[in-house]
Amino acid sequence: MSTLEQMYQQVILDHAKRPVGHGLVELAAGHGHLAGESHQVNPTCGDEVTLRVDVTPAGTVAGVSWEGQGCSISQASVSVMTSLVEGADLAEVARLDGLFHDLMSSRGKGLDDDAAEDALGDATAFTGVSQYPARIKCALLGWAALKDSLARSGALATS
Amino acid sequence: MTTTATVRPDDASATALSTTELAAVRADFPLLERTVRGGQPLVYLDSAATSQKPQVVLDAGVDFYEQRNAAVHRGAHQLAEEATEAFEQARAAVAAFVGADEGEIVWQPGATAAINVVAYAFSNATLGRGGDAAERFRLAPGDEIVVTEAEHHANLVPWQELCARTGAVLRWIPVSDDGRLDLSNLDALVTERTKVLAFGHVSNVTGAVAPVATLVAAARRVGALTVLDACQSVPNMPVDFHALGVDFAAFSGHKMLGPTGVGALYGRRELLEAMPPTITGGSMVEVVTMESTTYAPPPQRFEAGTQMVAQAVGMGCAAQYLDELGMEGVARHETELAAEMLKIADIPGVQVIGPLDTANRLAVVSFVVDGVHAHDVGQVLDDKGIAVRVGHHCAQPLHRRFGVAATARASASVYTTVEEVVAFREALAGVRAFFGAE
Ligand SMILES: Cc1ncc(COP(=O)(O)O)c(C=O)c1O
Repeated sequence: MSTLEQMYQQVILDHAKRPVGHGLVELAAGHGHLAGESHQVNPTCGDEVTLRVDVTPAGTVAGVSWEGQGCSISQASVSVMTSLVEGADLAEVARLDGLFHDLMSSRGKGLDDDAAEDALGDATAFTGVSQYPARIKCALLGWAALKDSLARSGALATS
Repeated sequence: MTTTATVRPDDASATALSTTELAAVRADFPLLERTVRGGQPLVYLDSAATSQKPQVVLDAGVDFYEQRNAAVHRGAHQLAEEATEAFEQARAAVAAFVGADEGEIVWQPGATAAINVVAYAFSNATLGRGGDAAERFRLAPGDEIVVTEAEHHANLVPWQELCARTGAVLRWIPVSDDGRLDLSNLDALVTERTKVLAFGHVSNVTGAVAPVATLVAAARRVGALTVLDACQSVPNMPVDFHALGVDFAAFSGHKMLGPTGVGALYGRRELLEAMPPTITGGSMVEVVTMESTTYAPPPQRFEAGTQMVAQAVGMGCAAQYLDELGMEGVARHETELAAEMLKIADIPGVQVIGPLDTANRLAVVSFVVDGVHAHDVGQVLDDKGIAVRVGHHCAQPLHRRFGVAATARASASVYTTVEEVVAFREALAGVRAFFGAE
């Protein structure tokens, strides 16, 4: 595989074409649910994502929906992240966020930790992206939106 | 050194660079010899962002440090004398290259800084600095500053900020669907209230050359001052500020084969003389007491602090290099490359943002690819060793005007060849297939 093909893995191209969670869903807060929204922009390339998160009283992610525009890496990354975190509790989301950031700093080497890579699932397809310093921030855009929307929901303070 | 008065990149009587000339030019640029992405030859189509540098320019900087390094305009020793001479000769070379007098060229760190010097001069005058002489730079609420929708942020944000500080109102000339300025409402936009008309000579997105004569005439009719962003024109076509009749102009060394960290502000002498300083401190003063200070005449008034002498010397050398090459020929070369680049419009799914004809346009071509984001386009080209710029190119309003967040952009310089543009076109033709765009 060329480094270009390593970056644009089929999983990524598929997610970019048929993204998961795309299309903002109205958040009906209540029943103890907490909701938050975040808008993130990558000022160098203009990529954008608006993301909403819905957290149950028990502290699990009930749903993520988003809208965005940008390169295939940024859009696929939000999509993969969405499938990964839905149903996860906040501690697990924080762990996945940490692992994904580690992966993005790995310069193409991956995490060298099978359990961690299993946890990341399809998100390990972004290993190739970490070889391109200019593209790492594309892959991280959705994760930044998730973290921020969780913070805005107040869920992080109560958990 | 001669400069031509007219700005006609489409002048058929001028000669383009011959194949042998072009080969000789390329041999002057050491960086063009390197390979990228696994040993592939570099196809550098990002000269509008920054150009590569010929060996003579690199040598000029090294020679300065090895032989003449000293602070300029102070000190009585031989090195100080030689450094000052090199610095001022560079100024003369740049001035001659752009049709200005020596005293009308102020060294600045770049075009962005140069435009800010003018914007802050208006602020300071509005606050009462500069005495009676600075009357022309005073703004009152209700005064207007006119820019264009095509501006680089460097020629937009400083004016927005000036308006916010002074209560002046920002207005702008819109852009037509073909990427050129829409002048149909010019008389309603540039009125007695207009104090500044700031516009780019050549768009760094569309490559379109602005109708300078029309805009200068409109500004003059109402007594507004003109500020020309000449970043993209000076490197690629003959430019003569006196002949253009603009009041101020800004351009950067690094885009015209010179070093980073240096650029120039051109100002008509009488205006520079009347203009209050913005950056103050050492080297720009006459008499300093604990209470107050009188300022040196221009250009020194606008050159506070220790200057970037080696870079200025490099920029002077770059101006001479281009001058010897002949800007008529360079402009012809640009037109030829623009025509080659514009053939990408025939590739299915590729849409050019900007004029499709080569009249009054340079070889700066921005485009979108249907179904593929600009960043992804750039990555696939990069994989073949082809360097283009992706993003909004510091012109978000212009991108918004065309309903796109980002474009990819190919741009040329004196060393760019038709073969490189062909390689770019061929690689671009394969992009949609790579992403499975149908
Ligand atoms: C049209 C235009 N204006 C202004 C600038 C700003 O130049 P600099 O970044 O060298 O100050 C640029 C370059 O980015 C440009 O292309």
